[in-house]
Amino acid sequence: MATAKKKTIRTIPQERTPMPEQDPQVRARNFEEVACGYRLEDALREAERCLHCPDEPCVRGCPVNIDIPAFIKKISEKHYHGAYEVITDTNLLPSVCGRVCPQENQCEGVCTVGETLEPVAIGRLERFVGDMAIAEGWENIPYIEPSGYRVGIVGAGPAGMACAADMAKAGCEVIVYEAFHTPGGVLKYGIPDFRLPNDVIDAEIQKLRNLGVRFECNTLVGRLFTIEQMVTEMGFQAVFIGTGAGYPSFMGIPGESLNGVLSANELLTRCNLMRARDFPNFDTPLQPGKHVAVIGAGNTAMDALRVSLRLGAESVHCIYRRSKKEAPARVEEIHHAEQEGVDFNWLTSPVEILGDKNNNVRALRCVKMELGEPDDSGRRRPVVVPGSEFEFEADMVVFAIGTNANPILGQTSKLKLNKWGYIATDDNLATSMAGVWAGGDIVTGAATVIQAMGAGRRAARAMKAYLGLRDSDAVYDTGASGSLFGIPREEHGFAQIRVAR
Amino acid sequence: MAQANGAQGYEILAREDYSDVTYMLEVAHPMMAKAAKPGQFVIVMEHEHGERIPLTIADFDRERGTITLVIQAVGKTTKEMQAGCKVGTRLFAMVGPMGIPSHIGAAKKVICVGGGLGVAPVYPQARAYKESGAYVIGVVGFRNKDLMFWQDKFAAVCDELIVCTDDGSAGIKGLVTEGIKQAVAKHSDIDEVVAIGPPIMMKGCSEATRAHGIKTMVSLNPVMVDGTGMCGGCRVKVGDQVKFACVDGPDFDGHQVDFDDLMSRLVRYKRAEHDAMERWQESCRIRADKVVDLKTAVLGTEADVPIDLQPSTDG
Repeated sequence: MATAKKKTIRTIPQERTPMPEQDPQVRARNFEEVACGYRLEDALREAERCLHCPDEPCVRGCPVNIDIPAFIKKISEKHYHGAYEVITDTNLLPSVCGRVCPQENQCEGVCTVGETLEPVAIGRLERFVGDMAIAEGWENIPYIEPSGYRVGIVGAGPAGMACAADMAKAGCEVIVYEAFHTPGGVLKYGIPDFRLPNDVIDAEIQKLRNLGVRFECNTLVGRLFTIEQMVTEMGFQAVFIGTGAGYPSFMGIPGESLNGVLSANELLTRCNLMRARDFPNFDTPLQPGKHVAVIGAGNTAMDALRVSLRLGAESVHCIYRRSKKEAPARVEEIHHAEQEGVDFNWLTSPVEILGDKNNNVRALRCVKMELGEPDDSGRRRPVVVPGSEFEFEADMVVFAIGTNANPILGQTSKLKLNKWGYIATDDNLATSMAGVWAGGDIVTGAATVIQAMGAGRRAARAMKAYLGLRDSDAVYDTGASGSLFGIPREEHGFAQIRVAR
Repeated sequence: MAQANGAQGYEILAREDYSDVTYMLEVAHPMMAKAAKPGQFVIVMEHEHGERIPLTIADFDRERGTITLVIQAVGKTTKEMQAGCKVGTRLFAMVGPMGIPSHIGAAKKVICVGGGLGVAPVYPQARAYKESGAYVIGVVGFRNKDLMFWQDKFAAVCDELIVCTDDGSAGIKGLVTEGIKQAVAKHSDIDEVVAIGPPIMMKGCSEATRAHGIKTMVSLNPVMVDGTGMCGGCRVKVGDQVKFACVDGPDFDGHQVDFDDLMSRLVRYKRAEHDAMERWQESCRIRADKVVDLKTAVLGTEADVPIDLQPSTDG
């Protein structure tokens, strides 16, 4: 078990193992995945870089507290299936999270190695393990004792999927309702294939089905039936709401209703979910722009920029009113976009969209900004440089400046909302309605996939306590005492025990 | 549930063709039939590769558990549905009821105006007003007599019915605005007008009532993708605000709506839609030729038996 020599910062491989990637010039014109994934030798080399420090800051840095040193150790031991089991104890979707988590702000951001060298590439290793599991058909399906409870989940995105997994493992009958015709939520409609291929998502969803989770698509909760009805008539003892934020913002500048102006959500949904990029083999149209301007510099903006390139745009401009340092997107995403030829216009703010006689976009008028005094948030406030107006040629303008709360559940239920229209919850994500929890973007506003998953799991913990179910987190401690079917021996038979509240 | 994991889709239980271009589908969805209210809509996908199109619910039957849709074959998807949606086939997806239901207020006297296909979606509102005890004046307009449908159904829920045709082949000659004028002239105490139809017609109706100060509600039909407020494709200008028709509507105050903006945004995928149509019709022709070739080869004659030209739906 113990390594023969103690590793030190000097003995480990100094350089972070690079991720094999498609060439920027090639990939900017296809929808194949940009990062090809670690090969076996890459993963083994990178695993060697983990010091297995006693402090384990990475575990605390992970929103779902994956036992990161343990799974890396399993990789080093070439026990890949073991690594998969360690990860899936707490995270059902390693292939997804390994790709889309902002690791630099989470596990890798606090990595001990990172204090001196580049941090261990935890995300890449997680993806390596997840992809191997899909390729090999591994699953971590525990013995599940039915608890007799029915749990309804609203929204089949990351929050709902994470909550569904935990509740299914706790023996509940879980039904996930989804308004779209296919489950996956933002993973399907939002994140493009070159960052997260659809078959990876489908494989992860299949794992949920294998746990007994049922997906009911084409179901708009609130309108087809209400949250109240789920609790009172439909026999759900607990309900989780993870509907996401939705409702994209626009700026309110002149020209926003011109044809060729759209939200990043619309662009991405048409292209990713509805496959407009394969038009006319798929029926959903998308008038691709030749000169595209995307407003905003978050992850969604990066996706919109890079999708536009792949749809054949000749020039793609990112327009952001602050500087690169303040851009909310992941560093890696900005870097990828730069490599692929996106033209970044920092400290630039649009003031008007100009149209031609047919109401199509022809240009975007902007002003230059400079950073002034810090505002309340501590960031330096951008102020307009007088007389700096200029025009971009553009036939498509995409807004990626965030979203507001989706109003449907507020319209159709008595759930208490906060002042921004998001669902109000307590620390355990319980809503104002007994038996109903909520998490993810519909509670916090737009955030990340892993934060949504973390919220889904947090709500699941509270729901299990409410239902009096033993928390399966303990069940999943595949510690030293030996286990059967992934469940430690001493935990057998405990699935149905109700802990005192 | 309407859709378990196994059986995909929503079965079409009945179909009726009102004209060369207008057809009615009755789709099984007991849960939606229970939940649907006047003014709401569904989003339909005919097959897995299809686009999501919004259609206003023309009727719902809680006992039979059905949703009625009246569709006009104008684009590729609606034409493909016209060819493919037969009794016993299934729609790949149908989600709803979407949108805020129409507010059936305490109005004592209302005019319900339906222009062309709009006759179908305004019907549940006319019925709801009738049931609430209001005096209902129906105004329906068509291009000509041959395109008329649901006249009896409409008459049954109206105290008065005014039929208008562009060419005068039935009822009065003229647009529905002509019908509104007549009704307003006869009744000075109209509380509300509900108008559903093409944007240009709803604009005309709103203009016709503005001078009289009669509240006029219209149901907007912009391009949508998800129908849940997520994409913003259906944004419309109402007064000085931007609203999403899918979750803030589809009903809005006609006197506030910027119809010119709506109409210009409705044509934004025109070129792509045109290309899709051309391509689909071409593929139908090729398929038809192939079928004829085959029949000719086998029978030695051009088939006089009906040939099923249903395009494949891949899903």
